[in-house]
This record gives sequence, structure tokens and C-alpha cells, in this order.
Amino acid sequence: MLTKRIIPCLDIKDGRTVKGVNFEQLRDAGDPIELAALYAQEGADELVFLDITATIEKRKTLSQLVNKIAHRINIPFTVGGGIKTEEDVSILLQNGADKISINSAAFLDPTIINRFAKNFGSQCVVLAIDTKLEADGNWYVYLNGGRQKTDSLTTEWAKKAVDLGAGEILLTSMNHDGTKQGFALDITATLSSQLAVPIIASGGGGTAAHFYDVFTTGKADAALAASIFHYKEVPIPDLKKYLHQKGVSIRI
Amino acid sequence: MKTVIIQYNAGNIQSVLYALERLGETALVTDDANEIKTADKVIFPGVGEASTAMQYLKERKLDLLIKNLEQPVLGICLGMQLMCTHSTENNTPCLGIFEEQVKQFKPLDATIKVPQIGWNTISNLKSILFEGIPENSYAYFVHGYYAATGAHTIATTNYVEDYSSALQKNNFYGVQFHPEKSALIGEQLIKNFLAL
Repeated sequence: MLTKRIIPCLDIKDGRTVKGVNFEQLRDAGDPIELAALYAQEGADELVFLDITATIEKRKTLSQLVNKIAHRINIPFTVGGGIKTEEDVSILLQNGADKISINSAAFLDPTIINRFAKNFGSQCVVLAIDTKLEADGNWYVYLNGGRQKTDSLTTEWAKKAVDLGAGEILLTSMNHDGTKQGFALDITATLSSQLAVPIIASGGGGTAAHFYDVFTTGKADAALAASIFHYKEVPIPDLKKYLHQKGVSIRI
Repeated sequence: MKTVIIQYNAGNIQSVLYALERLGETALVTDDANEIKTADKVIFPGVGEASTAMQYLKERKLDLLIKNLEQPVLGICLGMQLMCTHSTENNTPCLGIFEEQVKQFKPLDATIKVPQIGWNTISNLKSILFEGIPENSYAYFVHGYYAATGAHTIATTNYVEDYSSALQKNNFYGVQFHPEKSALIGEQLIKNFLAL
């Protein structure tokens, strides 16, 4: 049976792992390669690396880092941050990334989803959406790391992106990110029910029970978290054992 | 020992090379007919679309070359599918090494996502390729098309229905999952293949 996936996320800045709380206040959480190898060994199902510097001059550094990661770990990984062109994607895939993640660039020019899917296959195109529940009761798309609001509804943008060829949706709730109070179950379940591609839930995972909730009530295919793994608040082996005991299909 | 990874217009080829390098092995990534023919082991990887891949192989006469190889050959993912007779992905005639047919997953309801992405179990293991790999081990899959079960099935996986997660006929082996991304189980399978 296909299992639910546990995905540690490593935010990378200048070659080091950092984690923002509510997209601010960055803290250094170590060497990304060592951390990645540890997670792979502990049973992480996939890894995501988001380069939050992602300036043009740093991109070469990122591809070198990706190459080192690919030589070290034996599970799939996704790389995101500042990807805009086919050449960006090609370099990352050639250096061993399995998937790439795109966010604001895809919103501003949705044709890149189609172009990337056609050139590299939908299976390697992850569309990341930062979303926020507003007072009007709707979930809206935010850009540029959550700094810029748009008038687009998350459900509509996600559907369009899947139609264009996105192979997975990485959904981060800004209301929940950094709170450790649980994932956004309603919007995750809505997208998972409406879309034919896997949904990776992100933002708010603080306890093992939160992961259980997002895999059951939230209907997520995968769940992503960062600092609770980086600071060993929820060790991956314990989390997977807990989910397995609760009857969730999980790789242990 | 000389191991060759066939270079063609499909993705994920480098990942297979890096997996071999993690195991302390080396391999040559090439589309050169002579290099492929003279290799001890041939790996035919790939992630992508069947018809464009077959067209590329035909243009370079790699289709006939692969079919006629006599050393151990391991197809991975699209590579395995291309070793079958036919794929419904753009109605593509394939290499015809395995008689099994390649079809698209037809989900019974909206809870089943296509492509299948993630870790699933491999069962009914029957080949030297799975030496030291326990029944119902987890392997990493990314695919929207699958090979039906048949005479050459050496492992099965269930997604929508039971299908061939590995095939073998004589010196030809194929795995639908990605051993290069399947943690320790995948590394064991690669070692087993290289030891054939």
C-alpha cells in the first residue's frame, strides 16, 4: 500500500540550514548535508531544500550543494528557491535533484509550469503555495515568501496549476506556520479532495498527533516540517512508529 | 568490471550514476554503441514520456542494440516500461523484450492520485535480484503507467490493482521503482545486479 510521506524541510541560506518562524527571525540549524544524511538514515521519506537566498550569483553555490547532497543521500529530494528558467531546472536535475519547487515565479508566469512539465515531466514539478485565511473566510495566495498578498483564491490557483502540469502541491498555511498548533486541516482536505495530484501539507506541525490529523482529517498525502525535526522535538523514528500504531500507512 | 548507463533523452540518469558512486562503483554514461556492447553490465534508466524516448532510441538505432544485448541489463522506471511490448502512453510500440503491456492507472475514485508518488511495498519477490531483500519491503515509485502482471513478473505492487513492480526474462531485468532512491533496499538491489 502506498504510504504517507514525512518530509523534513531544510531552509538554506549561504549554504547553511536556517529556519524562520512565521517567515521571520532566522535561526541557524546546522550543516544541510549532515542534517540531510541524518534524516535519510532516520527514515525520512523525502527531503525538501528551499534556498532562501536564491540570488543569481548564489545559484552556482546551490547547484554544488545539490550535487553534494545527491552523492550523500539515498532518498528523493526537491529543491526550490529562485527557479525561473528551464536552464535553472536542468542544472538542478543534472546535479541530482529529483524535483524542483516553484512558487512566486509560477504565479507571475503560469506558462513556466507547462514548459517545465513538458520538458522535464510533471513528476518533477512541485508547485508551492503560501496561503493565508483572511477575515472574509477565504484562503488567498501570497507571494515572495508571504510578503505580498494576491487576490487569487488558493483553490482556483491550485486547480489551474494542476491543469498546467504541476505534479504535486506543497501547501503552506501562513496562519499555522511556526505556531506548532497543528496543520491547516480544512484547506488541505479541500485541495486533496479536488485535485488529482498529491498534496504536501506544511505549516503548524508541532506534535505527532498533528501529523495523524493531517493524514486523516486533512487527507494529505505527505506532511512537511522543519524546526521540530531540526531541534529533535519530534524525532522522525518516534513519529513514524506512532503513526504506524495508529493505523496510518507509513514506511517503517 | 565495466558498467554502462545508457544516455538518452530521459530524466534521472545522473541520479543512477550518483547512486553507484555512493556504493563506491563507477559507471560510464554514454549512448555509444560500442561502449554499450562491450560493457559487463548495462543500466537503462529514465523518467519521462514513452513515445519521445522510443523515437530518440530508434533514431540512434539504440532500440535494436538494447534488444540484442547478452550481458545483464537493468531497466529502471521508464527504462523497464520501454522494455515491454507496448505502452498506451501515446500508443507507443516498445522494445518487446517483455510481453507485458504498459497501461495507465485508472483510479476508481478521487482518493487515488495519478501518478503514484511515494513509497509502496514490493511483494512476491522471486529473483536473485532481490537476494537479501525481505518480502514487503518499501521502494520509491514515481509513475502514472504500469506493466501488467504476466509470465515475467518477479515482484508485484498494489496501486489500483496488482501490477509488475519488477520483470525478468533471461539477462533482462526491469524495476518500476527507483532503486537509486529507495534507501538501503535500493542499494542492496543495485549491489545484487552488479554481482550477477
